[in-house]
Amino acid sequence: MNTEKHVMTMLVDNEPGVVSRVAGLFSGKGFNIESICGSPTNDPRVSRITIATQANPPVVEQIEKQLRKLVNVIKLRSLNGPGCVRRELALACVTVKPEQRAEVLRIVDLAQGKIVDAGLSHLIVEVSGEQEEVQTVLNLLKPYGIKKLARTGPIGLIREPK
Amino acid sequence: MEMTGAQILMTMLKQEGVDTIFGFPGGAVIDIYDELARTDIRHILVRHEQGAVHAADGYARASGKVGVCLVTSGPGATNTVTGIASAHADSIPIVILTGQVPTHLIGNDAFQEVDIVGITRPCTKHNYLVKSIADLARTVKEAFFLARSGRPGPVLIDIPKDVASGRSVYEPPGDVYLRSYNPTYQPHRKQLSEVARLIEEARQPVIFAGGGVLRSGGSEALTRLARRTMIPVTTSLMGLGAFPGGDPLFLGMIGMHGTYAANMSTGACDLLLAVGVRFDDRVTGKTDLFASQAKIVHIDIDPTSIRKNVQVGIPVVGDCRISLQLLDEMVTDARLAGLADRRAPWLARIADWKRSQPLAYQSGGAIKPQYVIEQVHALTRGEAIIATEVGQNQMWAAQFYRFDHPDHFITSGGLGTMGFGLPAAIGAQIACPDKTVVDIAGDGSIQMNIQELATAVQYGLPVKIVILNNGYLGMVRQWQELFFGKRYSATRMDHAPDFVKLAEAYGAVGLRATQPADVVPVLQEALAVRRPVMIDFVVEAEEGVYPMVPSGAPLTEMLLV
Ligand SMILES: Cc1ncc(C[n+]2csc(CCOP(=O)(O)OP(=O)(O)O)c2C)c(N)n1
Ligand SMILES: [Mg+2]
Repeated sequence: MNTEKHVMTMLVDNEPGVVSRVAGLFSGKGFNIESICGSPTNDPRVSRITIATQANPPVVEQIEKQLRKLVNVIKLRSLNGPGCVRRELALACVTVKPEQRAEVLRIVDLAQGKIVDAGLSHLIVEVSGEQEEVQTVLNLLKPYGIKKLARTGPIGLIREPK
Repeated sequence: MEMTGAQILMTMLKQEGVDTIFGFPGGAVIDIYDELARTDIRHILVRHEQGAVHAADGYARASGKVGVCLVTSGPGATNTVTGIASAHADSIPIVILTGQVPTHLIGNDAFQEVDIVGITRPCTKHNYLVKSIADLARTVKEAFFLARSGRPGPVLIDIPKDVASGRSVYEPPGDVYLRSYNPTYQPHRKQLSEVARLIEEARQPVIFAGGGVLRSGGSEALTRLARRTMIPVTTSLMGLGAFPGGDPLFLGMIGMHGTYAANMSTGACDLLLAVGVRFDDRVTGKTDLFASQAKIVHIDIDPTSIRKNVQVGIPVVGDCRISLQLLDEMVTDARLAGLADRRAPWLARIADWKRSQPLAYQSGGAIKPQYVIEQVHALTRGEAIIATEVGQNQMWAAQFYRFDHPDHFITSGGLGTMGFGLPAAIGAQIACPDKTVVDIAGDGSIQMNIQELATAVQYGLPVKIVILNNGYLGMVRQWQELFFGKRYSATRMDHAPDFVKLAEAYGAVGLRATQPADVVPVLQEALAVRRPVMIDFVVEAEEGVYPMVPSGAPLTEMLLV
């Protein structure tokens, strides 16, 4: 069966060890984690963890059930399809020769990215958007040389009813 | 009222109805032990922490209550891991209390510090590190609630020494409410009425019952439903006793060492009503061909069990007992009219399978292990609690001791832990002092927790240990015989202790039988004394367990005697 990318987001108790329970479930049961992102919500007792995985549908079903079974997982939702917004943020440190600077700035500008740090031979670029958009910009920057890269992986929210 | 952590712990344990703790002391729990001695809670001093967990497990299975054990930090805690994993695999409610180094030393690689919460995360239902005495009472209450509710399981509480010795105002915790934990007991009615309709229409139905039926107290409901609807019943290893073994509708155990009738019926049935099972690979054989003619209904309290290994037609998430009772109400007598005629061809086919390939063995020569089990059954009139070790001894016990009552078979099913039986038998004997408790053992397994014989002697627990001594790690030897050209690599036990002398050295009674004619008198002698007895039955060395479905083969392709 074909594997598909699947993003899920969960509210969890904001307690020590909870991320380890969630991540340990994936490693222990042989599920894959492509990215994981966690941070507190506006309720200090609750954190949100968002995980992107690559799996076939029955495995996704099993992962979701197993996560719901964890005592510290309060609520789990799938973040796929048009009913939700998904964003990723990437910071890329690009090596840029002085004569390439203008080209790179144009790419960043087109992608509505930002320059967050600059030096004689490098730029740190910030881009965000749907994961595919971020990937496109990174592909364009790759030929110049990406020295360092940090990506959050997708985070997202379900849209409210209109 | 101000209390120490240890006092709060004892108050909470009493509130949860704890009357017995299996444990082993040490520095990190010395405050707790000091307080424990001032209560009327009975403490059973085991000889190894693994034994404490298995004993709590056996106690829980025999009594239906939550089993409790108490151990120190570091090595005390790590020694519990196999026991915890065994209880987890079999969904047994136990609470494990471990001592921990004082909070200010956690993370410092202090003396006897291990991250037992980290170590046991994947093999507990849930676990806690109590960082503040203010959290202690609520944590204990939550732990018992989690252990016994929903799909039961082991819950561990790690208690730092300063939390136990510190003082705080005790406030009784309110009812447990966990917004993230809400097991579904009530099954979906519409889904269930669909199942009722299938039961009425099926021509060749089979019920497949597992440990979930026992854990939920659903044996009576199962028996009633099966008898009314005339549906034959098979069980997993964990489900033995959920349906009376002597009932004509009983097919015997399913799976790798299941009966011919059970495995053939499962292969041919048009409806498989699976209740409280999880379709372990030892049950299904090749999964694609498992019950391939059947619509499968799967009732279980744990949604993760459903569609994990086997695709099912109708999933029902709910408590097994409640679901079976509701099904029984939904299937009305009117709709069962003419049932006997409709069932007759199916029951006749099953009777043929039973007749053509009953559980059997060839007698003659040395003592046959199966014969020993049959005699244990006869002499205890089928009323004993049978604990087992793991291997051939376990399978023969499952096959040849006919279990007529729930919660009388105590075995490590999911993990298959050698060394489980003796401590589990001790726990069961404490839960049921008036019952005959027998540990069916192998000569290999019994040596894994033999030290608990001292526990049995110290507390005057008259457990009977029946060693089926074949001189081999027999089950592994059997696989080597069948699938590895009889190359017996590391399965021959060239040296064994003299089990009779060993029993005597521990202060127990040691007996031996070497001839078939000795079996009954020796068993009679063992059962007549109210003391722990270990019996060395020198049995046929290369006897095999049959039927056997080779690993990965379909269930209906069995090697027979
Ligand atoms: C702790 C542990 N180690 C290893 C095994 C693998 N194993 C399964 S059955 C078996 C042989 C058990 O020998 P014995 O207790 O003599 O029982 P028999 O099969 O001979 O009746 C072994 C080694 C196990 N189940 N548990
Ligand atoms: Mg043996």
